[in-house]
Amino acid sequence: MIGTSLKRSAEAFAELQDEETLLRSPTTLWKTALGRLFRRKTGIVGMILVGFMLFLAIAAPLIAPHDPLNVLIGKEDGVRKRSAPCIHMFGCDTAKPQHILGVDGNVRDLLSRIIYGARVSLSIGFTTVAFAVTFGVILGAIAGYWGGWIDNIIMRVMDVILGFPSLLLAIAIVAVLGPGIRNALLAIAIVTLPAYARVMRASVLTIKELDYIAASKVVGSSKLRILLLRVLPNALTPIVVLSTLGIAGAILDAAGLSFLGLGAQPPTPEWGSMLGSERNQVFSAPHLVFFPGFAIMITVLGFNLLGDGMRDALDPRLND
Amino acid sequence: MLGYISRRLLMSIPVLIGILLVTFVLARLIPGDPCKAMLGEKASPAVCERFKRIHGLDQPIYVQFVVYAGQIVQGDFGKSIRFSRPVSKILIERLPLTIELALGGLIVALIVGVGLGVISAMRHNTGVDVITMIAANIGISMPVFWLGLMLAYAFALLLKGTPFWLPPSGRLTAGLVSTPFFEVWGWIAAKDSAREAFYNFIANHFIFNALITGDWKIFNDAIRHMILPVITLSTIPMAIIARMTRSSLLEVMGRDYVRTARAKGAGEPRVMTRHALRNALLPVVTIVGLQMGGLLGGAVLTETVFGLAGVGRMLFEAITARDYPIIQAFTVVIAVFYMLINLVVDLSYGYLDPRIRIE
Repeated sequence: MIGTSLKRSAEAFAELQDEETLLRSPTTLWKTALGRLFRRKTGIVGMILVGFMLFLAIAAPLIAPHDPLNVLIGKEDGVRKRSAPCIHMFGCDTAKPQHILGVDGNVRDLLSRIIYGARVSLSIGFTTVAFAVTFGVILGAIAGYWGGWIDNIIMRVMDVILGFPSLLLAIAIVAVLGPGIRNALLAIAIVTLPAYARVMRASVLTIKELDYIAASKVVGSSKLRILLLRVLPNALTPIVVLSTLGIAGAILDAAGLSFLGLGAQPPTPEWGSMLGSERNQVFSAPHLVFFPGFAIMITVLGFNLLGDGMRDALDPRLND
Repeated sequence: MLGYISRRLLMSIPVLIGILLVTFVLARLIPGDPCKAMLGEKASPAVCERFKRIHGLDQPIYVQFVVYAGQIVQGDFGKSIRFSRPVSKILIERLPLTIELALGGLIVALIVGVGLGVISAMRHNTGVDVITMIAANIGISMPVFWLGLMLAYAFALLLKGTPFWLPPSGRLTAGLVSTPFFEVWGWIAAKDSAREAFYNFIANHFIFNALITGDWKIFNDAIRHMILPVITLSTIPMAIIARMTRSSLLEVMGRDYVRTARAKGAGEPRVMTRHALRNALLPVVTIVGLQMGGLLGGAVLTETVFGLAGVGRMLFEAITARDYPIIQAFTVVIAVFYMLINLVVDLSYGYLDPRIRIE
């Protein structure tokens, strides 16, 4: 092991000697990280899965064979409630209408609903995390930078939030606010916020002792300027990784809330609620449970892999 | 060590007060008038006035909180609106199921998770490692309720008629009744006494009760009913534990003391268990504590899928029915349960790693 690392240092040194390398414009952390991300299998698979879901979400009206809210009864011959997938190419009777993933309990095309569901789930994931990150980062930065009683109050509140199992607290919050996609989103953001606050506080605590912060103070920068321009940008790396993984968690939790009937309300094509409303039909129409859940899994898996890949890429210690 | 324990206990008091405060506030914020919820929409203002006076709802909010906190500390959770029975009795009926489920899930997750993590780390970068980690990644990405429904479909429908058939819902097969140990042994407790409550609480752990009374028929049946829910609940923590064990073990295996152990001729199993695993499990212990939160949350979904009347399912039903006393009591109990687990985890961490105690 030592042998290889010695060899690697020697190579790096040789590269430094190379004049061209010296003249090359410096690359930023993010550029290097992106390069590394592309070299990792987990990162690539994650990007493909997330990219695929993004494509479905954006192109939904173009690729979905039906309107997700369109009840097909009376509009299509031979269409039956909860009928199993029928693909003409694979030998399904051509007299029957083609529904690649079958038809749901309200006689709507399941494939179209799942494609449109990507829009709902991805926007839930992104908004929730954006909200949680924004407030978590602000609170964590304030707690870490100012310290003292502000720190104590903020972090004790975070401790209390973390004192509850997150899904249960989210359920309780939705109970207060009333069921609905927006409230579910808010509830999940509140219960996931402490994670970002803690990570941010920890990074700020380390960074604020570093020399360049002292230098900035000496120059006479204001506290706010130091915090915004010197501390924050340098503390963001772990937040970026955490928020990618956070999107996965948010999608999963939102699906759970919707499954219980507390999140997205019918007829919104949300995967969790699609699955929840047909869960008693699992023995007679398993496709109505299988496909929405599979879509959730693929999306969550994508973000998890992407997050893992980013962690590896952004952590120089793991660089190999 | 004693100093560390007492310090850690003191630290949990503000969090406990916070938990009480949050549940109190949340229950007060739930829309709807408790008087109308209890006595019906047509309750007259005079009746409501009296109702509020009797239940102390006319007092200032901080007085209400102090009274509430005092009652909770004494174990008095009030009466359920929906069932008009003491909440503590309902808890005694429902909590054991969730404890069995969560404990089962934790044990399976730990044994299988650590096992897979060790195998993966030992066969680093081989096919076994790759397959295990792909499985673990899929495991953490699965919605609990989906996995549960798919398992129910596979084991209760597809495998019907084979010895692998497993029941998709309930705790016991209809018709079977678990006889409480105190009846079997003739132990008598006064009605409504604390001892009776305690006996009932223990006896409602069907698997444990059947085990100590030697009722193998019930034991078998209860276990069979638990298999699918436990697998469902344990999958996510299992995957997380497997990943954590693997990465932690890989890091530790590069350390000097592991090399030293190998150099002095210790066999690979000994190096693994004595030197590497012991150190590698420290972060895993922390993760286990954190996972308990997920496990308790997952219990709501698992209990819903498998039609089990546990704490999680009860809490969810209480929320939809606006049964405030149950909501408050169950949330507090779950949060305290979670806090205690994390306390134990922290204490064991201090025990495993002496450096933490000193700080």
